[in-house]
Amino acid sequence: MKRRAFLQAAATTAALLPLSAPRIGHAAETRLLKFIPQADLAILDPIWTTAYVTRNHGFLVFDTLFGIDAQFRPQLQMLESAGAEADGTIWRLRLRDGLKFHDGEPVLARDCVASIQRWGKRDAFGSALLEASDEISAADDRTIVFRLKQPFPLLPDALGKAASNMPAMMPERLAKTDPFTAVTEMVGSGPYRFKTSERVPGSLVVYERFNDYRPRENGTPEWISGPKIAHFDRIEWHVVPDSATAAGALQSGEVDWWEQPSFDLLGLLKGDGNVVVAQIDPTGFPSLARFNHLWPPFDNPAIRQALLGAVSESDEMTAVAGTDTSLWRGDLGYFPPASPMASAAGMEVLRAPRDYEKVKRDLAAAGYKGERVVAMIATDFPVLNAMGVVGADMLKRAGLNVDVQATDWGTVVQRRAKKDSPASGGWSVFFTSFSGLDQFTPAGYIALRGNGDKAWFGWPTAPKLEALRDQWFAAPDLAAQKKICEDIQRQAFIDVPFLPLGLYYQPTAHRSNVTDLLKGLPLFWNVRKT
Amino acid sequence: MGIYFLRRVLATIPVMAVVALFVFSLLYIAPGDPAAVIAGDQASPEQIAHIRASLGLDRPFIVRFGDWLWHIVHGDLGTSIFTNLPVSHMIAQRIEPTLSLMILTLVVSLVIAIPMGVVAAWKQGKWQDRLIMVFAVLGFSTPVFVIGYVLAFVFALQLRWLPVQGFVPIEQGFWPFLRTLILPAFTLGGIYIALIARITRASMLDVLSQDYVRTARAKGLGERPVLFVHALKNAAVPIVTVVGLGVALLIGGAVVTESVFAIPGLGRLTVDAILRRDYPVIQGVVLLFSFVYVLVNLAIDLLYTVFDPRIRY
Repeated sequence: MKRRAFLQAAATTAALLPLSAPRIGHAAETRLLKFIPQADLAILDPIWTTAYVTRNHGFLVFDTLFGIDAQFRPQLQMLESAGAEADGTIWRLRLRDGLKFHDGEPVLARDCVASIQRWGKRDAFGSALLEASDEISAADDRTIVFRLKQPFPLLPDALGKAASNMPAMMPERLAKTDPFTAVTEMVGSGPYRFKTSERVPGSLVVYERFNDYRPRENGTPEWISGPKIAHFDRIEWHVVPDSATAAGALQSGEVDWWEQPSFDLLGLLKGDGNVVVAQIDPTGFPSLARFNHLWPPFDNPAIRQALLGAVSESDEMTAVAGTDTSLWRGDLGYFPPASPMASAAGMEVLRAPRDYEKVKRDLAAAGYKGERVVAMIATDFPVLNAMGVVGADMLKRAGLNVDVQATDWGTVVQRRAKKDSPASGGWSVFFTSFSGLDQFTPAGYIALRGNGDKAWFGWPTAPKLEALRDQWFAAPDLAAQKKICEDIQRQAFIDVPFLPLGLYYQPTAHRSNVTDLLKGLPLFWNVRKT
Repeated sequence: MGIYFLRRVLATIPVMAVVALFVFSLLYIAPGDPAAVIAGDQASPEQIAHIRASLGLDRPFIVRFGDWLWHIVHGDLGTSIFTNLPVSHMIAQRIEPTLSLMILTLVVSLVIAIPMGVVAAWKQGKWQDRLIMVFAVLGFSTPVFVIGYVLAFVFALQLRWLPVQGFVPIEQGFWPFLRTLILPAFTLGGIYIALIARITRASMLDVLSQDYVRTARAKGLGERPVLFVHALKNAAVPIVTVVGLGVALLIGGAVVTESVFAIPGLGRLTVDAILRRDYPVIQGVVLLFSFVYVLVNLAIDLLYTVFDPRIRY
């Protein structure tokens, strides 16, 4: 090359560089999404844990047979067709053609059968389905057959649930793992592939697009249904434990999306023109004070009923989410308002004016003798801390002899499993919240179970609630389900397995160039970055 | 010297054994249940009991301790209850950020604190001395996380000179690596600078009143050689001692600093493991920290001979 030609070429290249480089960089940037999850993804197996962060990861890596839409109706997802025969006692589910796992193997019916059986041993809704089933088998490579003892009309709902445990379909060799042992090899058939080699537990999780994923060809992307179009080549989850740092990272553009900004930083984020604060989860987080039904004073239903008169949901939710009333609901019964099962049945007791002197009289009449009430409060989660502090104060104002025991969540979850008396290291009440999805219907609503020893912590025995739950599973249609849920709520105000404390809506925050987020969960298909 | 070194290295074995027993016992009696944390909020007590049994957490203390110790002496720190990854692998992933942070903090602290201490001693009672001591008191009394937030607000969010958070490994470039560590190093270094500056000042004041310093000045040596060649070398032994002891301070501070700046280091690994009750990880990290601390103390003892030839082992 001649000197002049070389200089000319160099000058041309130099002139073009500022134009081309940013464009290349920009394109790469729009194909990478950096996300701060609500917590570290310590556990990868969505069947082994009910942790929400693992569920969210599960929807990236695994696909489901059905998926609920924005109206919470199950739609076909991995399936081409599904139908009931023989008065609803036989279901045939036909897989779509061409579905593949991330290891290149085809998705077969026997993989799904093994996955359903493993999931059903851990999930409440799943176990109801297994109990109703005589046999689940693979008729051929693409057909799954359920032979049921009695009709189970909610089968598509169960297999399309968005709540934990999500019904993940995995290869048979993994699904054969004991459900109480974690699967560590992440091979799903979802739109993104988990990058094991890049994982740094507690810090970084990486996914890359699964090029062989076949989205549905029809439907609308809503919640976990419809075509799952992956617009990113790579998704990085950066674990940032400190909320102020997470806010700074979002404001400076170091990350694109922060799943759960803390309530006290919302004002700061809303004031930043490059950040959008949005609500994607319409179901909210119902909060509750859970009683220990084994020991005085809360073994006495009249005492539990009397305390309903002391509940101030607006006080609770103001402490949790602040004075912006768009962030919480204070008129919560036993089902979240977004659920079709929600009703006003029996709500008078929560809607009447709060009268603590009357509550004291009712408690005395119910036989309260000043027994010590051990209230466990988890201080390491701001929401639970606020809920617990206000809740304990509410109990004190009602005249209970409250012994507040503030500790970390890890200690609460250990101690709440103890059935000993409060005097021997047990407990009387603790405070927590669930995703609204978990309380959407009686199917997976563990806090509303009344199956004694086998019930969730607190171990209420409430045979009427259990009987109503059984009726609900057999209900022929939505109207019948709603009617039964009204009865369940009325009965819950009699048995009082827990005190409802209101519901808060957890916002999410993202850069303004991140668009098309789906409602429901932090889902990573459909989302784009411009 | 060689025999002394060997004896000290051998002495670490009973020390580590005591640490191992102490850590294991402490975690055994501490409240918390990893099975409950794993299962999640919605798991039933029955499911939690299943998980506990599958993890072997329902076995007696002596069986679990014996099992753990057996693996330790074979060089196996165990497997994380949560991630199912070997603890040694998790520690190896986290060493680079923590080590980089601690080395940079040490360098920054020594480069700033020793001249500050020397100047404060040299200008004793004057405004320079007072200013430096005010800075030292501030460094002592300001919590690490406050320094971190202020630095991040000014230099990352307002000026946009440095990143708010994160860590870039050195193999991805020295400058990107350094950029992510500057703010954390100054944050963590605050208390360390204050400590070393105060000790340097006190030690220098003691040395500067010695006869040989007066003699050096009398024979016409300039202030710089007097301070930095004659006085500082003789003042070094207490400074080195504090630098060594301060490693424990750095380890403690790294926990907070790594959380504030989202650095995936050993400090955060420890906190996460404690909150989840991931016993094998806690035990592994505490053993590692104890071992490092013992080694640092040994290195300090050996360094004494460099600064003071009168010391012999």
